[in-house]
Amino acid sequence: MTVRGGVVVVVQVGIAVGCAPLLIGLLRTVRARLEGRAGPPVVQPWRDLRKLWAKERIVPEHTSWIFAFAPVVLVSSALVVAAIMPLVSTASPFDHVGDLFAIVSLFLVGTVFLALAGLDPGTAFGGMGASREMTVAALAEPTLLLAVFAIAGRAQSSNLGAIVTATLHAPRSVVSAQSLLALVALVIAALAECARLPVDNPSTHLELTMIHEAMVLEYAGPDLGLVELAAGMRLLLFGTLIVNLFMPWGIATRTALPAIAIGAIALVAKLAVLGVALAVFEVFTAKIRLFRVPELLAVSFVVAFLAVTAAAFLG
Amino acid sequence: MTTDTYRQLLGLAAGVMIVAAVLALWRRSLSAIVRILAAQGLALAAIAVLVGAYHHEVSDIAVGGMFVVLKVVVIPAVLLRVVRDTNNQRQSEPLVNVSTTIVGAAILTVVAFAATRGLVGLHPSPEADALPAGFAVVLIAFFGLVVRRNALVQVVGFLMLENGIAAVAVLAGAGISLTVEMAVALDLLLAVLVLQILSARMQTKFGGLELDHLSELTD
Repeated sequence: MTVRGGVVVVVQVGIAVGCAPLLIGLLRTVRARLEGRAGPPVVQPWRDLRKLWAKERIVPEHTSWIFAFAPVVLVSSALVVAAIMPLVSTASPFDHVGDLFAIVSLFLVGTVFLALAGLDPGTAFGGMGASREMTVAALAEPTLLLAVFAIAGRAQSSNLGAIVTATLHAPRSVVSAQSLLALVALVIAALAECARLPVDNPSTHLELTMIHEAMVLEYAGPDLGLVELAAGMRLLLFGTLIVNLFMPWGIATRTALPAIAIGAIALVAKLAVLGVALAVFEVFTAKIRLFRVPELLAVSFVVAFLAVTAAAFLG
Repeated sequence: MTTDTYRQLLGLAAGVMIVAAVLALWRRSLSAIVRILAAQGLALAAIAVLVGAYHHEVSDIAVGGMFVVLKVVVIPAVLLRVVRDTNNQRQSEPLVNVSTTIVGAAILTVVAFAATRGLVGLHPSPEADALPAGFAVVLIAFFGLVVRRNALVQVVGFLMLENGIAAVAVLAGAGISLTVEMAVALDLLLAVLVLQILSARMQTKFGGLELDHLSELTD
């Protein structure tokens, strides 16, 4: 690994960690403004994290190593994804492992550990949340994989760097039936994976509806901080994945420092736009009832399936 | 417009048509289903305009314009009025559960693509590549007619069926005669107006749009 390659990795991981809470803060602020509230400042999630990390670590009785281990796995899997995915440059030193299937699997590792950690303390809510999360994941993962398959067909490779480079060289390939279908499927699956509306409401603790919050109910202090950070990073990384697959403009293709700087600025700008768009969408969306979630995910699965069909027959 | 762009845009419009058909199977809200129908009509109009622009046929562009007026504005407006007049039922429950229906639609799409392979192979062209989408819309709309027992959703199903047929006509003939399409459009408008009156009658007689009310003959 060259020094410049190292710079790329450091910048990518730095943006993923540093901007994830800011993205959550931006979402909350925009949402509050649209609802006519003043809302917290954008940096509020960072302050919350600082507060949580300064607290004493409390672990529920009778929990196993999984409970203590899960936040670390969650954060580290997100960190690995941030390092191997082309966030600001396609010329990352880990490019050869930046495979879409690998990235989807890495996200799944975090999901599984969080579900196990929800079960571990043996509380009713934790188990309920874990079971719901697994239902959603079991339905969203096939969609993700199929959508990825359709996108990989466009560039003849499932390597993210190769796909982004191919899109940069042939920008019109984005405006095709299979790309559009894959985009729709990917957005729905990503919303489900990130526990956002309309699948899960991140700002409620109502026992009938919560999924993600139910699983992390037993976490407190520094562990809760890690889980929250990981949730933010997950949202940021899924957002980046979608943006870079369909609108990669601005991303660096080399490891020169000015190009990296432009790539970083472009990424932050695109994420800000995406965050505002997501917040606006969430203001106008209601959470769908839990038993209708499989229907929504079935729609996204079928749309992904149609994307693959279109790629096979029209491609 | 280069052939590549043309092929991509046609594929895009055809894809929107299929997705609209699938979404209509998913949604329960009647007004949402009507809006999806309007979106599908817009995609169909886009196909006609694209074909016309590529082949420099003014009549096809005119057909596209007529599609916009009829299928995006007039018919959805009439149907939305029916929805507004429905005082108690703004949702329609499907007979089969929605997830199964949607997976069925996916299978039908593959069947349509597989069944039209021979047809596409006869004369490879950008239009022929998008042709299977029209067949898929026809099959999905027919499937929708089978699984939904609501008068309004049935009307939407018929209109989607017609959209699919129109798409096939425009794509297979690389254009369509304005006279023929005007005649079809007038028929269609008449059918929708008649069905609007019928649904208003159903509304006053039975207080709802469910077709199961129509199972008995009475004096």
